[in-house]
Amino acid sequence: MEDKILAVLLEHGRLPVPADSLGEGDDLYAAGMTSHASISVMLGLEDAFDVEFPDRMLTREVFSSIASIRAALDELATAA
Amino acid sequence: MALPAGMRVGIDLTSVSGVRDAVAAHGDRYLTRVYTSRELLDCGGDPARLAGRFAAKEAAIKVLRPREDTALPWSDIEVLRQPGGHVELRLAGSAALRAEQEGLAAFSVSLSHEGDAACAVVLAEGKG
Repeated sequence: MEDKILAVLLEHGRLPVPADSLGEGDDLYAAGMTSHASISVMLGLEDAFDVEFPDRMLTREVFSSIASIRAALDELATAA
Repeated sequence: MALPAGMRVGIDLTSVSGVRDAVAAHGDRYLTRVYTSRELLDCGGDPARLAGRFAAKEAAIKVLRPREDTALPWSDIEVLRQPGGHVELRLAGSAALRAEQEGLAAFSVSLSHEGDAACAVVLAEGKG
């Protein structure tokens, strides 16, 4: 799962640092991801994992780290 | 000199190429997730105008100061072009609720874009 998350971050995150240099708890916004780029990341994750993030999950917190993204994906998988 | 009590300001800068890339990568899924149908009509597909509106939504979010775990869908913050050419903000859903919670009653917004940068400033006035 983490590889797929990293691949989406690499493609859509417009991060100034290599996504695979980030730790799973590192703050993606502090690493340079903008709010706008987080939308592309969200949409890329939906494609990669065949899910749809409900509005209630469209928070800054959910997309703030690899770990928080994985937790949200796990929650969606469990709910499916 | 500080702003009058109860006034807040928010500013945001958005990359036009970032919007262009998002439209190219995700198409309507991106557009309908972020913008209202009215905004899409007003922008006519122009990435600079879209970026200006996204900057306005982000500037408004900075004024509303939601908690990190609060969901504020971008389309709850709408930028409406007025006959005179200026734009105004309309808040709905969780954004309107947040404004109520923060005691913010009146909002004003201004947009600009040049090259790859789109910028917006939002002023909000409290109920005093």
